[in-house]
Amino acid sequence: MNEFIMQRLLTLILFAPVVGMVAVMLVPSERKQAVRWVSLVASLVPFGLSVLLWVNFDNGATGFQFEERAEWYTVIRSSYHLGVDGISVPMILLTTLLTPLGILTSFGIQDRVKAYMLLFLMLETGMLGVFMALDLILFFLFWEIGLVPMYFLISVWGSPKGEREFGSGKRVSARYYASYKFFVYTLGGSLGLLLAIQILGLVGGSFDLIVLLDKWPNFSGELFANIPTSAVRSAAFWAFVLAFAIKVPLWPFHTWLPDAHTEAPTAGSMILAGVLLKLGAYGFLRLVLPLFPQEAHDAAPVLAFLAMAAIVLGALSAYGQSDFKRLVAYSSVNHMGFVVLGIAAAAWVAGSSDAGMRLSGTLATTGVVLQMFNHGLSAAAMFFLVGVVYDRVHTRDLDELGGGIWQLAPAYGGILIFSSMASLGLPGLNGFVSEFAIVRGAWPIFSAVTAVSMVGLFFTGAYILKGIRQVLHGPRNEKWSHHEMEVTTREKVIVAPLMLLMLIIGLWPWWITSVINETAKSLIG
Amino acid sequence: MSIANFHPNDLLAILPELALVVLAGVIMTMDIVLAENRKRLLGLTTAVGSFVIIAAAVIFSQPNGELIWGGMISNDMVAFIFRLVFIFAGGITALLSVDVKGVAHKGDYYAIILGAVVGMCFMALAADIIMLYLAVETTGIAGYVLAGYVHRSSRSAEAGLKYFLFGAATSAVMLYGLSLVYGFTGETNLTAIASVLASGKVGISVILASAILILVGVGFKIAIVPFHFWAPDVYEGAPTPVTGFISTAAKTAGFAVLIRVFITGLTASEYWLPILVALAALTMTIGNLLALAQKNIKRLLAYSSIAHAGYALVAFVALSELGVAATVFYLMVYVITNLAAFGVVILVSRSGAGEEIAGYAGMSRRSPYLALAMLVAFLSLAGMPPLAGFFGKFYVFAAAMKAGLVWLALVGVLNAIIGLYYYLVVLKVVYVSPPQEGALAIEVPRAYSFALVILSVGIVLLGTAASPWFEWALSAAQGIF
Amino acid sequence: MEMGFPILSIITLTPFAAGVLLLLFPAERKREIRITALAAASLTLILSVVAYVSYDMEKAGYQFVEKFTWVDTLGISYYVGVDGISLPMVLLTGMVMFTGVLISWGIDDRPREFFAFLFILATGVFGVFVALDLFHLFFFYEIAVFPMYLLIAIWGWKETREYAAMKLTLYLFIGSVLALVGMLAMYFISGLGTFDMIALENADFSFAFQKFWFPFVFFGFAVLAGIFPFHNWSPDGHVAAPTAVSMFHAGVLMKLGAFAALRVGVMLLPEGARFWLPLIIFLALINVIYGAFVAMMQRDFKYVIGFSSVSHMGLVILGVATLNPQGITGAGLQMFSHGAMTALFFACVGIVYDRAHTRDIPSLGGMASKLPFVTVAFIIGGLVSMGMPGFSGFIAELPILIGLWNAGSVTSEYFIAPYYTWIVIIAVVAIVITASYILRAVHRVFFGEMPVEFEGHISQSTWRDKIAIVMLAVVLVALGVFPGLMAPLISTGAENVMAVLGGM
Repeated sequence: MNEFIMQRLLTLILFAPVVGMVAVMLVPSERKQAVRWVSLVASLVPFGLSVLLWVNFDNGATGFQFEERAEWYTVIRSSYHLGVDGISVPMILLTTLLTPLGILTSFGIQDRVKAYMLLFLMLETGMLGVFMALDLILFFLFWEIGLVPMYFLISVWGSPKGEREFGSGKRVSARYYASYKFFVYTLGGSLGLLLAIQILGLVGGSFDLIVLLDKWPNFSGELFANIPTSAVRSAAFWAFVLAFAIKVPLWPFHTWLPDAHTEAPTAGSMILAGVLLKLGAYGFLRLVLPLFPQEAHDAAPVLAFLAMAAIVLGALSAYGQSDFKRLVAYSSVNHMGFVVLGIAAAAWVAGSSDAGMRLSGTLATTGVVLQMFNHGLSAAAMFFLVGVVYDRVHTRDLDELGGGIWQLAPAYGGILIFSSMASLGLPGLNGFVSEFAIVRGAWPIFSAVTAVSMVGLFFTGAYILKGIRQVLHGPRNEKWSHHEMEVTTREKVIVAPLMLLMLIIGLWPWWITSVINETAKSLIG
Repeated sequence: MSIANFHPNDLLAILPELALVVLAGVIMTMDIVLAENRKRLLGLTTAVGSFVIIAAAVIFSQPNGELIWGGMISNDMVAFIFRLVFIFAGGITALLSVDVKGVAHKGDYYAIILGAVVGMCFMALAADIIMLYLAVETTGIAGYVLAGYVHRSSRSAEAGLKYFLFGAATSAVMLYGLSLVYGFTGETNLTAIASVLASGKVGISVILASAILILVGVGFKIAIVPFHFWAPDVYEGAPTPVTGFISTAAKTAGFAVLIRVFITGLTASEYWLPILVALAALTMTIGNLLALAQKNIKRLLAYSSIAHAGYALVAFVALSELGVAATVFYLMVYVITNLAAFGVVILVSRSGAGEEIAGYAGMSRRSPYLALAMLVAFLSLAGMPPLAGFFGKFYVFAAAMKAGLVWLALVGVLNAIIGLYYYLVVLKVVYVSPPQEGALAIEVPRAYSFALVILSVGIVLLGTAASPWFEWALSAAQGIF
Repeated sequence: MEMGFPILSIITLTPFAAGVLLLLFPAERKREIRITALAAASLTLILSVVAYVSYDMEKAGYQFVEKFTWVDTLGISYYVGVDGISLPMVLLTGMVMFTGVLISWGIDDRPREFFAFLFILATGVFGVFVALDLFHLFFFYEIAVFPMYLLIAIWGWKETREYAAMKLTLYLFIGSVLALVGMLAMYFISGLGTFDMIALENADFSFAFQKFWFPFVFFGFAVLAGIFPFHNWSPDGHVAAPTAVSMFHAGVLMKLGAFAALRVGVMLLPEGARFWLPLIIFLALINVIYGAFVAMMQRDFKYVIGFSSVSHMGLVILGVATLNPQGITGAGLQMFSHGAMTALFFACVGIVYDRAHTRDIPSLGGMASKLPFVTVAFIIGGLVSMGMPGFSGFIAELPILIGLWNAGSVTSEYFIAPYYTWIVIIAVVAIVITASYILRAVHRVFFGEMPVEFEGHISQSTWRDKIAIVMLAVVLVALGVFPGLMAPLISTGAENVMAVLGGM
């Protein structure tokens, strides 16, 4: 039995939510409470399995583990090929952790609960698939499929207020506008990815990542008449980069993000910021760096520069927001900038002959993965906390909130400050560890850019403190005093694991970096 | 011819014609004997008699391909098929006449139909230009009388007169052509004429002139452009069963003559062929284009029958076994299909809905089965599978393509589209337009439903199991080349 | 050549027999008429499934072959058999026929004639897909087309039905008669004296001959596939047609055109295909992009779907035009996928229209609350349509794109090879355009506020509707998740085509 599970662990994790969907479908839609609980239980199964994965993962080994391979689309030589390494395992854990929390958060949803839960579980499978796929077509499949539930989560269950105007002058609801923009941006971004994948397949005769890692970077023959191979290669590279950069999102491709985050329902924002953005960064690490080492090296300064722009401008924009949720949304741009900075650093030194540089690169890479994990935790927590307030008072406008909520909800205040500090990078909490690792790793590689980014870090402090001040501080807010502002038990249950992890990672990151380390080393070479 | 040459089988060969004459006599007698209220039997007897004659012909009068009666008659497969078609058309026409006011209870009407059929049979049988001309005139005169039969109706009378004037003039021209042939070859027998022509003693201009002159007469019979002007008026004015008869049997008889004269007789095809090719294209195109504008169903069918003559001519000008077989097959199909169409038209005008296409509105709600029969007939005319017309057209275009007449085939298929258009317009009225206020179901007497079922089944049969019929036509074609 | 159970003949002729049988029913026995129609459709579907699963993929090639002489002297035979490309089409037709009957249950005006004509049409469609004889193919092709006129003109949308029906019929017939002339030319020039397509594949037509006649045959049939600029009839026809007919039309009939263009045009005149390739690719590309853009501009729900078909059929033709196994496999898959998808679309549109009596997108809204099944089904169709991975559309478009890359790679001998790169890039843009109009339709029709005038009018979908749409939707998803259900089969068919094209 144990053997059975271990050999198919990834498949089981991947499709446990699908089984959960079937279970949810069987519950009559009028029985909302039952639907919610079934969904929650269904989402805990993959979490349990991924803890099992975590425990059984061999930190010392290089290469992919828990590999599974089965025939799938034989006609185009694509197979069902899964496997994990030190980069994907933390991401899988993050995904399976945030999904039950998101579902728990969504217990307050009243409208079409069943459909909501089904989409949520579908989203989980989509995300997990990206982190596990070792076949490019399979990767693309999961990459795209996640868009669908997210689109509907935003457009149907998103914030009901607001109107926006399309370019054509047509007025539509803000949530539709945001979801549409999210969908079309991401879909548009991934077209290039699709085409580039096909070109790779043409060379490799297969879409298997293992095969392609061997064949594609060393390919030197002619591919298309009249088009030099180097041009094809660099076009493919930029297609990959564009798709992932939009998802991360990298400045200036980030404009969909504030809209989508703001309009999404709370749990949607948690997943969006917590996991979906990581898909882009993961794509860089999994595909771009190994498949295009040379192009990535050449483009690294550009990426670093854009990352810097994301850090600084993201922070400044966050500071400029008067909407609490938009503020948190822009903070994601800021934090993900560090991720890209680390990736750029890694790209620059990958395969370098200088051992010191390689060490910095490894450190940066480890920092990147850790930052992805950490941002997942803190962003989810922050969006959750925004949602808590919004749930009570139905506004997110900082001026309208007017501060002074701490007196009304002391526990809430504490949690918000804790999470904000983690986000800000307070030593002792998780954010510090990863950002430090990235900055330390990037410093010898891109000193100037890193220096400017550090200044960005200063603004990070500014906007976070602004958020805290405008929500919590000030005299007791009488406007909201007749609302029950304090967090409920359910909400405490949601936020507790997040806080716990923030603290643990902040104090003792080794348990997670040890998983990442070996893979990071092999990535840098 | 001497008595010694006479062979009893020669009588058997023309048994159908003899039987038709006898039948005509019987009808005339019955007309005198029968009480007024039982005169419906006249038509029924004509029909049953005709079908019995067909059966008898198949049993006793199988052709042997010989020239008999002193070379007057060619007892071959072509003639045999055509004769069966004529007798069948005559029988069906009689059946379709039994409840039509003005003609139904008239013995002489049926007798004249039978007379016309006899004439047509001899047109198909003729192997000698004298015989040919006699047969043409017999048929013609019977036709004039039939067209003008309802002499109290001014339109019918006008139709009869018009038909007569046109017919007389064109057959005179044809006679001139025939005499020219005789004068220059010294022969009246078509086979003999062919061998004289083959010897090259006759000048081009003579052949061409006689071909054109004969063509005038034949062209009138088959109503091809530019000898088609009479057709719409005559079709419209004549009693509807007669229109059906003229447009099917008489036209087919004309093609029989065409085959006899131009393939057996005037073998020097290189002179007259271009003319016929051009006429085929023109006939199809003009017939179809003019049909587009028609509001009267009989005029529409008149123009469409002109176009159909064009298609048959397309196969004919291939001048090959396949071509003649396609022509014969096309005519068989055309006769059955057009009779079905006229059957429906007769019933509708009997019901008082008139002959305007608009009167057919909502027919499918009033009389769904009659509408279905009309659908079958019209789609067959349009050349849709699995109906007879499809195979008919297919063979025609195949013959043209085989002869290398690609452009003519293209003109043909595009014409088929035009045809489809106006047939569909009629069907649209039948199926889509709402019925007029208070319109009732159309009464269909049993004789008519019998006829329509036979014809519809025939249409489907020729459209699916086409092979035996086509093999038959092909064996006929093989006999004359 | 085995002559076992004549399954293909039964599949082909059952609808026709049922149609004739229906005509014998008294017109007022509507219930019995519907039940008989459903029984016949079920039988056909079951037999199609049986044929599908019992096809032997190891042997590949044409199977379930039956051959009878039809017209001996001209070498015409009743000759049927299926390979990997036609078999899925047979299955598709069975599905669309079955679901079409379910969706048309509510037709109250002359249901007898409706089902009879629909079934005659179905026989035509089956007949073409299983044909191995040129004449046979053409015979059934014509049978498949003309009932369309009546079905649209009689039961269609009152505003445009007569115009649309006539336009459609004339377009298609002009195409088909030109193809007929081309087929006759092949018959006579080959000198083989047979219409047997397998024999004609080896006829060795001269290049000049192929060059001249290929456009007749290919475009003659491709009109029905909606190739630009002969696509004009299609959206009008789709919109005017009653639901089941739209389903049949876009779902199956357009495939008939593409199928015949492949089977007759490309397979019998491969040199001609190579010569005309650049033009075909160019036109198909216009189809893809132009169709998508025009669909985006539509206000009428049904026109959106109509133009999306133009766009998607462009992909089918692109796939065929790659002339390589991947592309042709993709074309085959796309035919199936688009068929089921568009049938699903039209079923959904029909259900909405039956209740709201309008198809104007801006005046619809909020249908999801009343019609959840339809909503989900439409969304699934939409995802297929935009080529979302995990759904059959992706599975189909992917090999087409790969085929295009292959056709443009250096191993290709075509002079237009360098341009393929651009073609594939342009073609793929249609995905985003499609996504945008599909999302818009989904959002405007199914979500948002339901206009007041619909309150209380929108009844639940019936169980029959549900069976129909669930069946189609399940197929789309199943195929997307498990491409192995169909792709290997179609690829054996594509190999078959490649064997004819030879040395490429």
